[in-house]
Amino acid sequence: MSLLSIQNMDVSIGQYSVLHGVTFDVPEGGVFVLLGRNGAGKTTTLRAIMGLWQPSPGSVSFRGEQIAGMHTSDIAKKGIAFVPENMGIFGGLTVAENMVLATANGKFDQTRLKRVYELFPALEQFWDKQAWSLSGGQKQMLAVARAIIEPRDLILIDEPTKGLAPSIIAAMGEAFREISAQTTILLVEQNFAFAKSLGRDMAVIDDGRVVHTGTMADFVADTELQNRLLSLSMEAG
Amino acid sequence: MGMLDRFGGVFWLPVILAIIAFVLIGAPSSWLTLTVAGLSMGLMIFLMASGLSLVFGLMDVLNFGHSAFVSFGAFVAASVLAYFGGWLGSDSILLNSLALVFAIAAAVVFGAALGWFFERVIVKPVYSDHLRQILITMGALIVAEQLILATWGGSPVNVPRPHFLEGAIIVGNSSLEVYRLFAFCLGALVYGGLFVLLNRTRMGLLIRAGVENREMVEALGFKIDRLFIGVFMLGSALAAMGGAMWAGYETIITPALGAEMMVIVFIVVIIGGLGSIQGTLLGAIVVALMQNYVGFLAPKLALASNMILMMVILLWRPYGLAPAVKIK
Amino acid sequence: MNGKITVKIIALSIWGLLLFSPFLFQDVRQIEVAARIAVFIVLVASYDLLIGYTGIVSFAHTMFFGFGAYGVAIAMKQGDSTWGYWMVGVLAGVLVSAIVAVLIGLLSLRVKAIFFAMITLAAASVALVLASQLSSFTGGEDGITYSVQSIFKPATKLLTDDEGKVLRIMDVRMNGKIAAYYFVFISCAVLFWAMLRIVASPLGTVLQAIRENEARAEGIGYRVVAYRTAVFVIAATAAALAGAVYATWLKYTGPDTTLSFAIMIDILLMVVIGGMGTMWGAVIGATLMVMAQYYLRDLMEVAANATEALPLLPDLLSPDRWLLWLGIIFILLVYFFPAGIAGTIIQRRAVK
Repeated sequence: MSLLSIQNMDVSIGQYSVLHGVTFDVPEGGVFVLLGRNGAGKTTTLRAIMGLWQPSPGSVSFRGEQIAGMHTSDIAKKGIAFVPENMGIFGGLTVAENMVLATANGKFDQTRLKRVYELFPALEQFWDKQAWSLSGGQKQMLAVARAIIEPRDLILIDEPTKGLAPSIIAAMGEAFREISAQTTILLVEQNFAFAKSLGRDMAVIDDGRVVHTGTMADFVADTELQNRLLSLSMEAG
Repeated sequence: MGMLDRFGGVFWLPVILAIIAFVLIGAPSSWLTLTVAGLSMGLMIFLMASGLSLVFGLMDVLNFGHSAFVSFGAFVAASVLAYFGGWLGSDSILLNSLALVFAIAAAVVFGAALGWFFERVIVKPVYSDHLRQILITMGALIVAEQLILATWGGSPVNVPRPHFLEGAIIVGNSSLEVYRLFAFCLGALVYGGLFVLLNRTRMGLLIRAGVENREMVEALGFKIDRLFIGVFMLGSALAAMGGAMWAGYETIITPALGAEMMVIVFIVVIIGGLGSIQGTLLGAIVVALMQNYVGFLAPKLALASNMILMMVILLWRPYGLAPAVKIK
Repeated sequence: MNGKITVKIIALSIWGLLLFSPFLFQDVRQIEVAARIAVFIVLVASYDLLIGYTGIVSFAHTMFFGFGAYGVAIAMKQGDSTWGYWMVGVLAGVLVSAIVAVLIGLLSLRVKAIFFAMITLAAASVALVLASQLSSFTGGEDGITYSVQSIFKPATKLLTDDEGKVLRIMDVRMNGKIAAYYFVFISCAVLFWAMLRIVASPLGTVLQAIRENEARAEGIGYRVVAYRTAVFVIAATAAALAGAVYATWLKYTGPDTTLSFAIMIDILLMVVIGGMGTMWGAVIGATLMVMAQYYLRDLMEVAANATEALPLLPDLLSPDRWLLWLGIIFILLVYFFPAGIAGTIIQRRAVK
């Protein structure tokens, strides 16, 4: 059974219908990559899974349980973490306070905290700094760190490489690889090189519909398919 | 701007205002009286405005009926004080204080209860609809004012003060009213309490985070609605407390009190910036000092001066002096 | 039948009644009611231009209404009661309104709607305080009483019969009062028609696009702030003109008739009851509210007397408490019929 199953998900925002019958399965373990051009509906998909937009009834099941229509906070408690496109950092709070809010009861599990420090040493260094003063890459690290400070089953990450320097992207990739050994990641990405290096399974969304699903290896091998689905929008990797 | 911010930035504004006023007024004794009056008034207005600011910051809800809490607080406190009239006149500080504590407590409890009702019945159905929100809370304000009129009548109500808060102490040539000093201290105490709540507790952390980014707080697994009703009740209770203290300050109150304070409270939150209690305190003190200084120098311009101040500050900083950080 | 047509028929019948009201209802009070309805239709329609068509909530509408009224009042008082001074007064009122509207608009329309509401509220209360404090100019709390153009004086004979007495048509005396009434009626009808044209023009379409989706309208390339400021100025000008007309009719201008917060609440009630964003709703809302103001109080008086023996009820039913009931009705309306009377009729019919 797959970890997360999206079946025929429609989403409307206001009077605009954005997603039409989106369907894909995220198996347990590894990184699942959602590709597609700007405005195709990738971010909307993640937000709908998280309950931040309303998905059509019965369209999202997590570990076999229907979560469409649940309150966002309840979806989070099921073990799904969310790293939004804007990172969702609380700038007026310190790094420590940001992290404390991500814990279930205000206390850190020391082993997990140590792991966060190992993955992202900068966070330990700036632990008591206000989050708005961090660099873009450090903010992204904080956003990911918040998602892994408690045990989770699935992390939704929206375009983590946007606007980051190549060296930081590489470090981020390293971190994701390590995280995905324990926790499934559903990654939305525009940077195909980055996505290719991490993804095990993948789907392509276009114009609010899933137009392709498969393994990343097959997709990478089929350049013709890549060109057809992505050439208009993405820098080929 | 960078330099300015490093040294406390806009928070020096009241000091600058006080220095300018000192030069213009000329007489140090009058200046001291006015400054103390301004500071105590500022803290009372802070109490009235803080809830409005937090509620807006957290949920994007602007309650135009907020001043109803102020009015109800004032009238409830006045009634309780009148009921304990005998205690107030006595020489026993204990009885005096008890009556005062009862009055303020009654206002606070009433404010919190009314806040609960307001949030559940009036505001909740129109969370995300600004237009209807403004209209409905405005309607609620009308109803609240009419209920006050029906309950307490239209004529001015006398507010007895506790004996030990009567009179003034003389410092040099200036006389400082005891009640004002009391209001200042109590207001400062509440500010301190709020500061600790917001900065040292988990609930406070959640409120601050929620003001910045409500969705992310929910995505971390917290129900913000529950938090919100708490904040709403807290804000209403504080407004009622401010109203209660204001009643003692004015000693005569009319049902028009709410509408009068609403304008000042709005100017305060606009100047201070919505969503942060530091900003609200700053706005309240700036507005109150301005009101007192200009009231002394050019009485007719007092309210207009605050309006002009608001315009200037908005031109300089469209979101007020010290708003909460919003990442959205 | 199409809902829009139903609404239009209702509104046009009201205009028709207003047209003939001096002949239909022959007493002093009715003609006051009719004139007030006409003026408030314009005031409410201009407010609808803001709230209904652009989603701007302003509490400064009475301020502009007041500018227009005080313009006429001060000109007539300081100068004399000729058309020349009248024009000066009207122009001054309109000009001040337009300038203040531009200032407020540019300053604050770029911030959130809710900020705008607060700022206009603050501005309006300052105007109210200034009007009562600058008493040498505005007459303070007492306001200004003045005489108007001679053609509007009740003693003026508009038409005379063979004997040189004032002519009666259908028992109505053709005197200055009639002239004044028809001056109010025609001015208001023209202003209302002009606003209908604005809503139907391309400008109206743009405004609705902005209201529906501001970000999108901005994306398409509309300069949202500029458009909003323009509408704010148009609405302010219309309100000022309505004020000038009302001042000419009343021969008195004071804080209570033009600037007070109570009138702002009246306008809000009228626009919501009538139906926001319909223009025609303004006619229905203004008519119902003005009628209620004049007649509901009488009714409540009766109810209060009838329940005298009961506790609390007479207090709540006293005519002084009529705003309490209006407030409750208002809240219920915003909950259950946010589209107002006109909007609800249009929707109901559209569904069928």
